[in-house]
Amino acid sequence: MYRATIIDFEQGCKCLEAGVSELKRILEEETSETRIDPKQYLELYTTIYNMCIQKHPHDHSQRLYNKYHDIVEHYAKKTVLPCVQQKHDEYLLRELSRRWDHYKVFVKWLSHFFNYLERFFIPQRNYPSLLEVAMKSFRNRVYLEVQVNAKDVVIALIDKEREGAQIDMELLKNVLDIFVQSGMGTIERYKEDFEMFLLEETESYYARKASRWIQECSCPEYMIKSEESLKKEKERVTHYLHSSTESKLVEIVQDILLVSVAKHLLEKEHSGCSALLRDDKTDDLSRMYRLYHPIPKGLEPVADAFRIYVAREGNALIKQAQDAAANGSLVEAQVLVGKIIDLHEKYMVYVMDCFKNHTLFHKALKEAFEVFCNKKVAGSSSAELVANFCDSLFKKSGNDKLSDEAMEATIDNVVKLLDYISDKDIFSEFYRKKLARRLLFDHHKVNKEHETSMITKLKRQQGGQYTSKMEGMVTDMQLAKEFQKGFKGSLTAKPGGIDLAVTVLNTGFWPSYKTSTDLNLPREMVECVEAFKSYYGTKTNQRKLRWLYSHGTCHVIGSFDPKPIELVLSTYQAVVLCLFNNTERLTYQEIIEQLNLSHEDLVRVLLSLSCAKYRILNKEPASKSISTTDVFEFNSKFTSTMRRIKVSIPPPPIDERKKVVEDVDQDRRYAIDACIVRIMKSRKVLPHQQLVSQCVEQLSRMFKPDIKMIKKRIEDLITRDYLKRDAKNHHIFNYVA
Amino acid sequence: MPRTASKPKKKRSKPYTVTSSDTVSVPSASSETKKSSKEKDGKYKLFNKYANASSGVIDPEGIEKLCSKLKVSHTDIKILMLAWKMKSERQGYFTKAEWRRALKALKVDTIKKLKKALPELEQEVRKPLNFSDFYAYSFRYCFTDEKQNCVDIETICQLLDMVLGSTFRDQVDHFVNYLKIQNVYKVITMDQWMGFYRFCNEIIFPDMTNYSLELAWPSILDNFFEWMREKQA
Repeated sequence: MYRATIIDFEQGCKCLEAGVSELKRILEEETSETRIDPKQYLELYTTIYNMCIQKHPHDHSQRLYNKYHDIVEHYAKKTVLPCVQQKHDEYLLRELSRRWDHYKVFVKWLSHFFNYLERFFIPQRNYPSLLEVAMKSFRNRVYLEVQVNAKDVVIALIDKEREGAQIDMELLKNVLDIFVQSGMGTIERYKEDFEMFLLEETESYYARKASRWIQECSCPEYMIKSEESLKKEKERVTHYLHSSTESKLVEIVQDILLVSVAKHLLEKEHSGCSALLRDDKTDDLSRMYRLYHPIPKGLEPVADAFRIYVAREGNALIKQAQDAAANGSLVEAQVLVGKIIDLHEKYMVYVMDCFKNHTLFHKALKEAFEVFCNKKVAGSSSAELVANFCDSLFKKSGNDKLSDEAMEATIDNVVKLLDYISDKDIFSEFYRKKLARRLLFDHHKVNKEHETSMITKLKRQQGGQYTSKMEGMVTDMQLAKEFQKGFKGSLTAKPGGIDLAVTVLNTGFWPSYKTSTDLNLPREMVECVEAFKSYYGTKTNQRKLRWLYSHGTCHVIGSFDPKPIELVLSTYQAVVLCLFNNTERLTYQEIIEQLNLSHEDLVRVLLSLSCAKYRILNKEPASKSISTTDVFEFNSKFTSTMRRIKVSIPPPPIDERKKVVEDVDQDRRYAIDACIVRIMKSRKVLPHQQLVSQCVEQLSRMFKPDIKMIKKRIEDLITRDYLKRDAKNHHIFNYVA
Repeated sequence: MPRTASKPKKKRSKPYTVTSSDTVSVPSASSETKKSSKEKDGKYKLFNKYANASSGVIDPEGIEKLCSKLKVSHTDIKILMLAWKMKSERQGYFTKAEWRRALKALKVDTIKKLKKALPELEQEVRKPLNFSDFYAYSFRYCFTDEKQNCVDIETICQLLDMVLGSTFRDQVDHFVNYLKIQNVYKVITMDQWMGFYRFCNEIIFPDMTNYSLELAWPSILDNFFEWMREKQA
């Protein structure tokens, strides 16, 4: 509507004020709809519009802007503030909330009236917007006056809610919104005038609770309460607090309830971590993990408690076996490895389930096992025990006592266990020796799949070099079988009338055995040896065969008077008996001279043939031991119900353990030497301590080197001119090229 | 302009000498004859007095005679120092060249002068730089075999007493004691020998508060240290 007349400022204001009063009245009435009469609205808008577009000097934009400011100031100061200040406690909040809502509506409509200013005047002058002006006025006139009291009431209400009372969450939400808005674009007012105090109060609240709960509650109960508290605080945030408060609240609650009491809580005697593990309380343990996981370094005490507990359990097993051994029983030592494996499986389940496969707990489990897996029981190192365990495992498997899956699972467990043992090279030596015996003496009982599976798994974990000899041994057996076929095929007749089977072993792979090449074989056997030798010579190039008669077996038919019986014997036993093919009686001296066996070996053989279960030979005198003056005679009257009997011979009493330890020690010396030279070659100059620590690190995959031994090897290498001491500093070494 | 500035002018008048230094390794025959022939005769005369006529070297018997003339015991360190000075290669024997070397260096040609020169020699050898060389030499001097590289414990005990006894009495006494009691080591290597010398020089004795097992002291000294500690406890 175009007006020709100029609107005078005072005139316009009058109109405005009327509209404002109307607005105020409507708000006071609080009818459900706050509606200004459209005609009045339009009039107000147009008045202002016109006052703005009037030509100078009647262009009242600036004065209108100021007028707007005055209006909101006045409303805030004279209407809103007094109403709020009259009230207390919750009523204060209600009034504040109500007045705030009114103010917002008031400002909204007012801004509609003054809208034209927003379009050109304000942007042009870069003035604060109408909303900003209004907000500022509210903040300065109302907020700053009442915020302290409001804050106190809010916090008191929150405390009540914490104690279980129901409170008006919408009210709080609205009130806190005032704090937020009063920040005018920043969160500062909310933080400094409210949040800070809330956090303080929260801290003292939970401190009180914590000190009570920790005394009264068991660990699981306490954790449940803590979990509840955290849940409630988070809900509180979603209901009426600003979202930025959540992380701070959570941190405080965690800190007070969980971190500061961690030690006390976890170590509670009847319900703490170790009790929970003992009683298999997986739910509680999972809760513990959940609670401590978000806290930085929070899981460390839990993992520690876990490690200590597992180590204790393991140590108990070890002690049990050690005590039993001290009392003469070795059974405990034999089942020990199986028990340790079971223990490992049990606690691995915890790591995976309750502790969600967290690396800290894998590490704790590993460290716990490393503690007790390296203790000795009855003079045997753990490496030896595990090797024994494997030996019995594979001997059993031939009898199908374990299903394939169960066998594979056990193999997996053994390989895992090996990871905890520091003297891995000792294990490999023992394992190799026992593998050799299994392959050579029990080859019909050996399950090739299982043996290879173990070796493959060991290879995967420890590297090819670790298992190369074992693999070689298994391959040898395979090759020997094939070679034997070729040999058999090449024969036109049985050499010496004997069915000969030869297994050729590669010296490098197999343990060293004492040879007995001086043994005088009977003619028939000599023919066998020669036949094989010539065949072997045609198939290979310049290789020397060393015959291990000590490890052979013979099937001999004994033509006894009652009936012939097949005897399964060792080669030594067979050779002794064959002597009696030529004469009926022989003295000990004659036997030893004719055969060239060592005294110890011959005694064992004769014992097995004349004083043990089966009397193949008669001995004069018929005592239970062999003396060099004894005379032996073929027992033609010998008989048995069976058609074939195995005459066992006890193995020579070598101290296998001692030999293994000696061999390993020697290998270690070479390994240390090689390691030192390798390091010095690449570094050229190195101080003593660094050389030692690098050496330890490099060798730790195989064994834990003794520092003193390393030192000795260094000195030896100095004497052999591989290294020398630095002329200026005798604690530094130089590589000698 | 002189071709080489290092050539001293006064030597131009003698056509046969090459340098002016005294440590000529291969002196030209004529210069030798021209130089102090009087002295040379004296040294050789002295040498022949003690040398074994058939072998042409001074043997242990000769050295004993020499020692009694010099009024020192043949286990006196001064004789060992004399051996060092002459760079003697074989214990108990002095060759002609070795003899000449020492006497020339000491500037003596009679027994009387040699006797007088011995205390000065000792002073010279005891200077730190010379002494460590002498110390190493005394170890090598014990070798009876070309390929030998270590010395038996008994000889070491005597040698330690002779060589370090006057300066490090305490250390030597304790260490020799230890060597006799222990049965791990049957011989001592050069590295261990030198190690002990360093030990005497660097480590406070008998407190040994500045000794550390973490450093690169030879293992035998580590064992010695631990043994001492046990005794002191």
